[in-house]
Order: sequence, then structure tokens, then C-alpha cells
Amino acid sequence: MSAVVVRGFGWRHAGRRAWALRGVDLRVERGERVLLLGASGAGKSTLLAALAGLLPEDSGAQEGTVEIDGLDPRKAREQVGIVFQDPESQLVMARSGDDVAFGLENRGVPAGEIWPRVDEALHRVGFPYHRDRPTAALSGGEQQRLALAGALALRPTLLLLDEPTANLDPAGATLIRRAVADAVDADTTLILVEHRVAEALPLVDRVIVLEPGGGVRADGPPAAVFAAHGDALAAEGVWVPGRTVPPRHATAPAGEPLITAERLGLPPRLAETDLSVRAGEALAVLGPNGAGKSTLALLLGGLLRPGTGTATATPTLAGRDARTPPHRWRAPALARRIGSVFQDPEHQFVTGTVFDELALGPRRTGRPETTVRTTVDALLERLRLAKLAGANPYTLSGGEARRLSVATALATAPRLLICDEPTFGQDRRTWRELVDLFAELRDAGHGVVAVTHDPDFVAALADRTVTLEHR
Amino acid sequence: MIDVGSVAAPGAPLARRNPVAKLAAALVFSFTLIATLDPVAPALALAVELAVLPLFGIRYRVLARRAWPLLASAGGILVTLVLFAADRSGPVLLDVGPLVVTSGVLLTALGLVLRLLAVALPGIIVFATTDPTDLADALVQNAKAPARFAIGALAAFRLVPLLEQEWQMISMARRARGVDAGRNPLSKLRLFASTAFALLVGAIRRGTRLAVAMDARGFDAGTPRTVARRQDFTRADALLIAGAAALAGAALTVSVLLGTFRPLTG
Amino acid sequence: MNHTDSNRWRTIDIVVASVIAVAFGVIFWAWGLVWSATEGAFTFFPPAQTLLYGVWLMPAVLGGLIIRKPGAALYCETVAAVVSALLGSQWAGTVIPQGIVQGLGAELAFAAFRYRSFRLPTALLAGALTGLSAALFDFFVWNGGYDLTSYRIPYALLTIVSATIIAGAGSWLLANALARTGALDRFPAARDRTLV
Ligand SMILES: Nc1ncnc2c1ncn2[C@@H]1O[C@H](COP(=O)(O)OP(=O)(O)OP(=O)(O)O)[C@@H](O)[C@H]1O
Ligand SMILES: Nc1ncnc2c1ncn2[C@@H]1O[C@H](COP(=O)(O)OP(=O)(O)OP(=O)(O)O)[C@@H](O)[C@H]1O
Ligand SMILES: [Mg+2]
Ligand SMILES: [Mg+2]
Repeated sequence: MSAVVVRGFGWRHAGRRAWALRGVDLRVERGERVLLLGASGAGKSTLLAALAGLLPEDSGAQEGTVEIDGLDPRKAREQVGIVFQDPESQLVMARSGDDVAFGLENRGVPAGEIWPRVDEALHRVGFPYHRDRPTAALSGGEQQRLALAGALALRPTLLLLDEPTANLDPAGATLIRRAVADAVDADTTLILVEHRVAEALPLVDRVIVLEPGGGVRADGPPAAVFAAHGDALAAEGVWVPGRTVPPRHATAPAGEPLITAERLGLPPRLAETDLSVRAGEALAVLGPNGAGKSTLALLLGGLLRPGTGTATATPTLAGRDARTPPHRWRAPALARRIGSVFQDPEHQFVTGTVFDELALGPRRTGRPETTVRTTVDALLERLRLAKLAGANPYTLSGGEARRLSVATALATAPRLLICDEPTFGQDRRTWRELVDLFAELRDAGHGVVAVTHDPDFVAALADRTVTLEHR
Repeated sequence: MIDVGSVAAPGAPLARRNPVAKLAAALVFSFTLIATLDPVAPALALAVELAVLPLFGIRYRVLARRAWPLLASAGGILVTLVLFAADRSGPVLLDVGPLVVTSGVLLTALGLVLRLLAVALPGIIVFATTDPTDLADALVQNAKAPARFAIGALAAFRLVPLLEQEWQMISMARRARGVDAGRNPLSKLRLFASTAFALLVGAIRRGTRLAVAMDARGFDAGTPRTVARRQDFTRADALLIAGAAALAGAALTVSVLLGTFRPLTG
Repeated sequence: MNHTDSNRWRTIDIVVASVIAVAFGVIFWAWGLVWSATEGAFTFFPPAQTLLYGVWLMPAVLGGLIIRKPGAALYCETVAAVVSALLGSQWAGTVIPQGIVQGLGAELAFAAFRYRSFRLPTALLAGALTGLSAALFDFFVWNGGYDLTSYRIPYALLTIVSATIIAGAGSWLLANALARTGALDRFPAARDRTLV
């Protein structure tokens, strides 16, 4: 009997004209391990939500059917475990152990069995703390592991994972993948969404590629799929393994410094750090989860007051304002000179539509309305957001939201651009587009700082790297 | 900084009592005292409250920190009463223009201030020594509160410390995009309001997502829930409530016997 | 469509109602400090301080307007009271019965329209009734020792006025503003959106 049968399935989110996905036909047998691929916005997350029975009737329109072991997914939730991309909003309880126990309580597992199962699940994902550890005190990677434990404790026969390693450092990502490999047995069906195919391949024995706009593009064993459709898939945005991207390193030597950090730090989040960023160079900031990279980005961006040391802008960047530190500049002056992209895109959105979001910066820095329009339209086109101009930023897919947040910083064309994880969750095509955009800016004499866990991005763009150590 | 969770020293005998019992005891104690306006009964009750504080494992300094706004309110009561007291009997102590202070006024003020403190302190003590998770568990297991609502409220309560961080992120996001208030107090107020609004919107979005995640783990499946953490209501818990009622009753009785009792409805 | 099809609370109803209550619990906690701090400023006419009172009554009306299910007003106001107590509000335990009484006031208004009307007049009525219940509670429990005509009655009337304006009209405006952001898309409060 098949674990999953999808027939002519389609879903249109409430408030949208376009279908998020449409005409999808699939069968997945019990025990199969499937990698679900597709361009950003192709509907992968939506499909997982449908399989987990988490698309309420009042939130959109459905076509076709989905069955889990012959049941409507809303009735088959007992068998399904799902881990979403954002771990923070799926933790329910204040203590780690209680959070894993939450699902077991809901399923009516006898009280005596709960704690042994909690401990087993925590052990399986390599959770390093006691179960009394407050969930608020966990790093992103630890939260991700806890969320996985919460799903595994329910012993699902169908496990759905949506980019479970986005935002993790390479070591943390390996841990999660190992935990998944250990956890799925012959009876468990696994459906995994992950843009980085090479890392995910050891976990799976089948690849399904969704076609943007509807239907299934390719389906089969990974080797066969990539052999038959490799070029076409790569062109459409799939990270086909073994296909490298040509690097875009600086053609000219770096220019004058734009900003210098001396003993810059914010205990306990960031230890004292020295660095400087020059015009016409791309600097990558690396380091494990929790090392303080995002904190450094906010300090350089003039958004946090330093706890120790100073960040000093040079006259090249700030003219006469160079005498005051960036965190004391007026906001419009700051936005003109330094653009910041936050790690969590949703933290960055201020307005109600994609268009307004992009137009806000240029308007605040006093550009005429016609310039604003052309800038915004060009960015929308290049980052494939034009169709979503009227959409609410909070309804975008993971990758779309990331692109929009990068675009908002690009819109004011600041001399210094500071991006926190600019490429996570991107398909190959938009990834290349982003690399090109950054490279163009750099070659035009702007400084680019990118905090990243993405080794390909470093290889493709960075002229120099700085690695923060764990405190 | 907002502190959530219990501040009790571990192992304090009364802090460990069932949260529902503690809450019931505090309510019984407070609402018995509301019945009178005289100073004697609340004074006795306050003495009792301060005496049992060590049993709850709270240091007097911690209590003072939580209760200081009450003292400000007490000052307010004093001023208000001088102007608006109903009872103006007794010899005049002070007479300056509209301010006429009699001994009756002072007695009423003393009664009301003591009453305010005596009525509010039990709740402060109980909530300072109660963990929210334990309270929700006990409400479900011992007070028959509907589990879906208690757990839902608990899940939302987890967002409190996150709201503080969120506020910071929203402010930084605005600044990064060129939005600030400058020195104009009016635009400062507007920016404050719009940040608060964004915080509420963000919290609701987060709540929506949290609800989906909870459903994904079978929250609304209709299966009868089991409980991982047991909360027992023991004889000691019943005794705590009875003790609170007895002590509050005793305070009132003493006041009646001394002839100072002034019923609220008098 | 003004009401949801069933009176059963979905998970999202419970969680979002709780989130609203928690957010206001934090506001109450802060508002309690403001209240104590402004006490001195209002000595010229202390009953006027009750004009600030409406903020304390907002979750009842706002919860009712957004969730649109029986019990929403009562639940939001009560949970907000419990949360402010958990956070260490100086009024602590006494606000819980008070919250229940205040919530019941607004609940009555929504019930009077059989949970079918959520327009401005309903919101104003809910604000006025929650103000009335709050005023009655204070009239008997807290204001016993004060003069009837110069304090207790003006205090009660001002509470109702404040509740009608801040809790009634204010919550209605806030609910509409929230609906426009798309955050309430899964609630009947935001059913008329345009397609993009
Ligand atoms: N809650 C929502 N409301 C409206 N539209 C939505 C919502 N969620 C997703 N969409 C839209 O549906 C489409 C598919 O989104 P989905 O999240 O399934 O994409 P995805 O394949 O997971 O993309 P990514 O790789 O970027 O995460 C996108 O165009 C997105 O904008
Ligand atoms: N607002 C905050 N308040 C207090 N501590 C914080 C705050 N933000 C981050 N921290 C803590 O500071 C440390 C550094 O955080 P930061 O986000 O800068 O790390 P990071 O290097 O960006 O990690 P990641 O790779 O996971 O994004 C972490 O231990 C984190 O828990
Ligand atoms: Mg996705
Ligand atoms: Mg970071």
C-alpha cells in the first residue's frame, strides 16, 4: 500500500490569483526516501503542508486529492511528523523536555511511557542538555534539533522535513542529517525539501522535481534524473550536483577603507573583533552558530550601540559625518550609506506590500518618485518578484522573502552593504542572480560584507574572509 | 526587564504547594479582608503575610521590589482621601482652604492603605512563587480547566520574553530603512505607536504559525490528552486553603471584638 | 459573512486569543506602573485618572471583535489579568476576579447581538458594558471609603466614558488596522481582501 497518493492536486492560497501548485500527481511507497526539489516559489512547502493536513479550508482553494494511507491528511495526522523551516515558531513549551512531551500528551500516550520516549528522542538527535533546559535559551541549531526530536518522538510513519538545515553551520547541519539518517527506519517514509542537493543525496533514494506553475518536472532515482535532465534542471534553478558556478572575484584591487572596527564587541554576544572593509571588496564573515556574526553585522550597520571598542566610518563613506559613530547617525543618512539585510527576513519588513517595501528606502532618502519606480521595477524583475509586487511580504515563500529583504537593501544602492545569510533557501538561478548583483555592486566600488554559512557563496564571491570563533 | 517564572528559594515548604491551592488560598485570604474598611484587621493580616513569607522562600527584598508601585498607590489614596473622604467626623487636625483633615479622615486613610497592601500581597507572593507551566498543569488537573485553553494560553505566554527582543528588532529594522523620529516628540510618539502596533501584528502572526505547529503535533485531534507532569492536590494543599481562611477570619474576628470593624456596605 | 460557521474554538482561535491576552497582560503590567506614577499628577481631580482606565478593558472588546466566538471577550480579559499577575503586577491576585467581571460585561454585549454583529455600535456597547461592570466592581470593592457625590459617582461615570471611547472605539479601530495588515486572514474579521 502506498504511503502517499496525490492526484491532480492544486492549492491556491487565499488572497492570491495564482495557484501555488497545480496538477501534481504522485505516489510514494512506504519506506521511500524522497528529495523534493523545485525553484523557489514552486510550491514545495505548500505541498508538505498539504501532506501534513495543515492547509485549513479557510485559507485557500483546493483541487484534486491527497491521501495518506488511504485517508484524508487531516484525519491521518497521527502518522505524520513535520519539521518546518523556522524552528522558533514550532516550539510550544517553556522547557525542552516538556516540548517533546507535548505531542505525546496530545496523542494520549500513557503517562508512564512519555518520559522514556522523550529521553530516547532527545538522545537520537544528539540534544546536548538536560530536558529541563529552557527552550528560550537554545541556539537556532539546538532549536532545530529539538523540533526534530518533537516530531520523532511521535514515531511517525511519514516524516516531512522542510529545509531542516537552513541557517545551521556545517557541523550543525551534518549533525541534523545524521540524526535524520539514524532515525528513519525501513518503515518510515521520508520526504525532504532541501535546495542543496549534494548534501541531501546520501539521505534519499528518489528525487521529485516540481515544475513552477504546475505538475511534476522529473521523478526517479537521483542518478537517472540528473543524467536525463541535468542541464535543463540546472537552468531552471535546481542545484544539480557536480555543476559548479563560475566565480566572480574582484577584477580591480580594493580601494580605500569604508569602515574600521577596533576591538568592536558586545559582551556576551560578541567578543572584541578588529576588521576593516574597503570599497570594491567583498568580505565574508564565517563562524559557527552563536559566534556573534549577526551581532557584528548589526554593530557594523550602525544599528546597535557597541559594548566595547568602536566602529568608525571613513570620510569616503560618510563625509563630514565620519567623526560620529554610525550608531548615532540619523536614520535617513544611515540608510543612504549603509544597507543592512537581517538574518530573519521577516524582521525587516515594515510595510504591507512588496512594492512599498522596496520603495520605502529610496523614498526616505529623498529620491524623486520616477527614480523610485524605475529602481523598484528593475529589482522586482531581476529577482523574479514582479508578479508578487502587490503581495504582503509576510505571505511570501521562504526564498522569496529572503530575496525581497536583500532587494530592499539594494534599493538605496548604499556604499556599504551588510548582509546576514543573503543566500539561504535560494534555488540555483536566484543564487547566481544574487552573486551577480553583489559582484556588480562591488565592481562599481561598493563594499560588501556577507555573513554566511554557504561555502559556495564564499568561493564564488568573497575576496577575503574573517572567521569568528565560538566565544 | 520582565521576569517570568518562580523566584522562590528551592524547597520552600509553601512554595511547593499545588499552584491551584496557593491561588485559592490567596483569593480566600484577600477577599475576606475586602469586607472591612477598618485598619485593625488588615494590619493583623499584613503581619501574618510578612510572617509566612519565609515559608514561601521569598526574600523581603524581592517582595519589596515587586510591591513598590503599591506604595505609590498608597500615597495616592492618602491624597485622594483628604479631598474626598466620606467620613469627616472627629476633631479637625488641619484646616487650610479646601483641605480639612479630621481624625476620621486619617483613620479611613490608614484603613484603606493597609487594606490595599493586605489584599494585594497574597497574590504577589503566590504568583512570585509559581511557575506558569505548573499553574497551567494544575488548573487542568485539579481545577478542571479545559486543557486546550490552558495549554494554548501557556504556549502564548512563552512569547513574552521574545516580545522584548522583537521590539528591538523592529526598531532596528526601521532605522536601517531610514525611518526615525528625530527630536520631535510628536513623531517620537507616532513611531512608538507604530512600533507597538508592528509588535502586536508580529505576535499575532507568530501565534497563527504556532497554532499550525501545535495542530501538526495532534493538539486538536480530539484524542483524550494524557499528562506528562502530574500535579497532585493533597491534604496539605487543602490545609493551606483552610489555614488562609482561618487566619483571615481571625483577623476580622479580632477587629469585631475590638469594636473597630467597619463593614464595606456600611 | 460576519460570524464563523461554528461556535467551536479552533486551535488558532485559542492561540491568537491567548496572544492578544498575553500582549495586553504585558501592557497591563506596564500600565500599572504608569497608573501608580501618575497618581500624583491627578490629585487635582483624582477621578479623572479613570480616563486611563479604558486601556485595561481593551482585550475584552478586541478579543470579542477578532475571535467572534462565545467566551472570547471573557477569556481574553481574564487571561490578560492572569498574565499581568504572573509578570508581577502589583495588583496580583485581585485582578483575576476583576478581570472576570470586566470580561463578562463585554461578553454580554456580544451575546446580545448573538455573536453576529461586530460593527462599531456593537463595539461601543461592549466598551460601555465592560466599563459598567468595571465601575460597579470598583464602586463596591475599592471606593467604599470615599464621598458618594464628589468621588464615587463621577469615578464610575468616567470609567464608563473611558471604556466606551478607548476600549470600545479604540478596539474597533485597532481590529480594523490589524485586519488590513493581513495578520487576521484566517479570521472572519478579515474576509474581504483583494487578490494579488
Ligand atoms: N500564506 C500564504 N499566503 C499567500 N501566498 C502564499 C502563502 N504561502 C506561500 N504563498 C505563495 O505560494 C507560492 C508557493 O510557496 P511555497 O512556500 O510553497 O514555495 P516553496 O517552493 O517552498 O519556495 P521556497 O523554496 O522559496 O521556500 C509562492 O508564490 C508564495 O508566494
Ligand atoms: N537580542 C539578544 N539578546 C541577548 N542575547 C542574544 C541576542 N541575540 C543573540 N544573542 C546571543 O548572542 C550570541 C551570538 O548571537 P548571534 O546571533 O550574533 O550569533 P551568530 O554568529 O549570528 O549565529 P548564527 O550562525 O546561528 O546566526 C548567541 O549566543 C545568542 O544566543
Ligand atoms: Mg519553502
Ligand atoms: Mg546569525
